[in-house]
Amino acid sequence: MEHAISLLFRSIFVDNMIFAFFLGMCSYLAVSKTVKTSMGLGLAVTFVLTVTVPVNYLLQTQVLGPDCLVEGVDLSYLSFILFIAVIAGMVQLVEMTVEKYSPSLYAALGIFLPLIAVNCAIMGASLFMQQRILMDPSNSQAITSVWDAIVYGFGSGIGWTLAIVALGAIREKMQYSDVPRPLQGLGIVFITVGLMAMAMMCFSGLNI
Amino acid sequence: MALFSKQNKEVFTNPLNVDHPILGQVLGICSALAVTSQLKPAIVMGLAVTVITAFSNVIISIIRNTIPNRIRIVVQLVVVAALVTIVSQILKAFAYDVSVQLSVYVGLIITNCILMGRLEAFAMMNKPWPSFLDGVGNGLGYAMILVIVGAVRELLGRGSLLGFQIIPDACYDMGYVNNGMMTMPAMALILVGCVIWIHRAYFYKEK
Repeated sequence: MEHAISLLFRSIFVDNMIFAFFLGMCSYLAVSKTVKTSMGLGLAVTFVLTVTVPVNYLLQTQVLGPDCLVEGVDLSYLSFILFIAVIAGMVQLVEMTVEKYSPSLYAALGIFLPLIAVNCAIMGASLFMQQRILMDPSNSQAITSVWDAIVYGFGSGIGWTLAIVALGAIREKMQYSDVPRPLQGLGIVFITVGLMAMAMMCFSGLNI
Repeated sequence: MALFSKQNKEVFTNPLNVDHPILGQVLGICSALAVTSQLKPAIVMGLAVTVITAFSNVIISIIRNTIPNRIRIVVQLVVVAALVTIVSQILKAFAYDVSVQLSVYVGLIITNCILMGRLEAFAMMNKPWPSFLDGVGNGLGYAMILVIVGAVRELLGRGSLLGFQIIPDACYDMGYVNNGMMTMPAMALILVGCVIWIHRAYFYKEK
């Protein structure tokens, strides 16, 4: 239990997907124009992460790992293809659900909803999870059970949501600022995210 | 059909200036920021992405007429994932230390938006040879930014390039200090922001 809580806080603040690893930047920059759409995409990403990380954990430990299917065979080089297939299938499911229950959100997210499949944050979380399976269980980053995998996926998603909602709020206010012309739009957003990342660096020394 | 007709040349050079994948179309930023704390991984990453973009463009362009429209994303993902698996195995075999440094970011080439963007926007509608040129052009444009940002960060953050010390010891004796900020992730974002600023100021002057 203690391990799960520290894993959750680490994945939200210290190992934040955006500020520590720059994962999921494309949709992060493109969809964060308003708080409302940011929130919608953030929740969709959180949901997909919470489901795909444990599924991929089971795939890795039960099917792909050394000696799982056939004695003496290590299939982990197939992990890229299988992980991306799980993610693509999951995203299709989320897309159909959102289209049915919230057409306005569906229209607002547009092309970026199917593009969650190629959101680096989702794939990245699965790949980090794959690295952390082998870690020492006393390490607070280690993922040793399917529960840890669920907690890690959920925490990463919440961290991503926090980051995108914060940027959405800043960009709403920034419309009234007088930014030099060539810097307008993308340039200033990058610099803003850089400053936010610097602020988030204060968590990096945190020892949970 | 000439191999380097005027049209093909444009396909190759456009992504290097006006339609730059990172600066103009804002694609594939995630990995661009994460691997640039030193020059060497940045160069390797740029080359890997160039090769993968070029060949996935060719493969998709060859089979474009047989792919059913509804499942094209999945087909594209599988082609890209297979190529990335090959590249990652090659890196592990021949450049192990770099592949450790790049860690998960080699695998994340699969979800690099430049690849999907080019497949969707170019390879699905064009013949293999122009697709190849388009892939190489976009890959090189991406590599260019990686090298610029990587070089600045390594030079200012560690005083070296590709691991060789550039700034002489005499400067350190006179009180020059490496800027530790540059090795932090946050500075990568700010540097890319400045590159975008220069790029836009230069190319959008006429408008």
